[in-house]
Amino acid sequence: MRKLLVANRGEIAVRIIRAARDLGIPTVAVHSKADGDALHTRLADTAVEIGPSPASKSYLVADAILTAAKETGADAVHPGYGFLSERASFASAVADAGLTFVGPAGSVIEKMGDKVAAREVARAAGVPTVPGTPGGVEGVDAAVEAARGTGYPVMLKAAAGGGGRGIRVVHDEESLRGAFGQASTEAQKAFGDGTMYLERFVERARHVEVQVLGDGSDAVHLFERECSLQRRRQKVVEEAVSPGISEETRQAMTTAAVNLCREVGYTSAGTVEFLVDDRSGEFFFIEMNTRIQVEHPTTELVTGIDLVAEQLRIAAGEPLRFTQDDIERRGHAIEYRVCAEDPTKDFMPQPGAVGRITVPSGPWVRCDTWLEPDGTVPPYYDSLLAKVIVWGADRDEALARSRRALDEFTVAGIPTTAGLLRELAAEPWVGAADFHTGTLEQWLAERKETS
Amino acid sequence: MPRHEVVSPIPGVFYRRPDPDSPPFAENGSTVTDDQTVGLVEVMKSFHQIPAGASGTVVEFLVGDEDEVDAGQPVAVVETG
Repeated sequence: MRKLLVANRGEIAVRIIRAARDLGIPTVAVHSKADGDALHTRLADTAVEIGPSPASKSYLVADAILTAAKETGADAVHPGYGFLSERASFASAVADAGLTFVGPAGSVIEKMGDKVAAREVARAAGVPTVPGTPGGVEGVDAAVEAARGTGYPVMLKAAAGGGGRGIRVVHDEESLRGAFGQASTEAQKAFGDGTMYLERFVERARHVEVQVLGDGSDAVHLFERECSLQRRRQKVVEEAVSPGISEETRQAMTTAAVNLCREVGYTSAGTVEFLVDDRSGEFFFIEMNTRIQVEHPTTELVTGIDLVAEQLRIAAGEPLRFTQDDIERRGHAIEYRVCAEDPTKDFMPQPGAVGRITVPSGPWVRCDTWLEPDGTVPPYYDSLLAKVIVWGADRDEALARSRRALDEFTVAGIPTTAGLLRELAAEPWVGAADFHTGTLEQWLAERKETS
Repeated sequence: MPRHEVVSPIPGVFYRRPDPDSPPFAENGSTVTDDQTVGLVEVMKSFHQIPAGASGTVVEFLVGDEDEVDAGQPVAVVETG
């Protein structure tokens, strides 16, 4: 790899440029008009403006990025997360241009990005998926029969529905018999198709994901992260490893993730997402993310492995440098996503000019950010300002250090979520890891009512 | 006729349609009620509806579809009364 083009912006572009520089690889930044003076633009050895400020006219324009690669002599492209990172056609276009895509092949991105195809891969690898009927069920008796297999409670879903519409949860056979006909009739009216299918409903679900690295012939895991603290399906706080699963579950889940990667001959860093039933400890495959993730630093802090550097080495054709036994974990790491949003105004995004900023640091605190003093938060991109990542010898130490680090975080000029995250890090239920994917929103709703 | 300026409270990109395949929320000459949406402003990947703020007739759009707007910038004019 002679020169790496980073097809992204913000903190992840900065992160990737730093990893490349650590390895002695020259970098090319691409940037929109608004990012002409951005940190990633200035840190790279070369910078190319690829279009106007909106991402749809710059960071999402594959041709502009490929042209920039050609003009600057870059021979590899790192897509980061978001933008074009999981667009199979972009990975293929990079390869067709004779360049190296830092990530899996377009065909693997396509397969793992398709929910149905990914579930089939999971089944072939012996990885559990959410129990349910593969297609529609014929009438109420067939539904009752199917529910005996999946177990209650079950979710009754309209085959033609989507976006949460046409879904009903029933807790026993009697309510299933009562609900089926009506749900099917409603689906017929709403979607023109009354076909219903069944899926196990997990009431207290935890989101746990396994970090993997593959070189195409072998794969290893780097343990798991838990990302159950979410708001509107967006992760807010993530930690490594999960405080909510047993050692037995950890063993089974990480083995399943590695098996899945072997099944597809996975190359690069990836994440295998699971839903964990907090009551039974059962886990089910949901999907695979074929890119580096926002929360990857937590894994780095507990394993001591630079995931982006490993992505670059694998893309350059090197085999995995670790066997599974080489990979150990130590202590606990937690990441907080500090966003330019106003928690007192229903998390309204607040771009604008900033003044003085204080970014936390000190022992076992890492802050990945693109933000600089006297800079501007542009309105065009996502609201992530910084990731505050802390390490502790154990989870309690990591939480105590979180409170210290988040207290230090200040940005003059715009509201941020740092104060709210600081409050969250002191909550007893967070300390006890007594949460599931709905807990944070419940807490926010209760907090709003009492204030 | 009294003129009411519809103002975007936030900076971002102004859209006249709910999605690229749909017709605009309102056209010149459309009758609107005060809580009726006349546009969207996208800021940091989230979309915010801009209500007319007064009942009447839309007589002018001051910014085009996909134009950038500042906080407090008028985007349309409604004639009331």
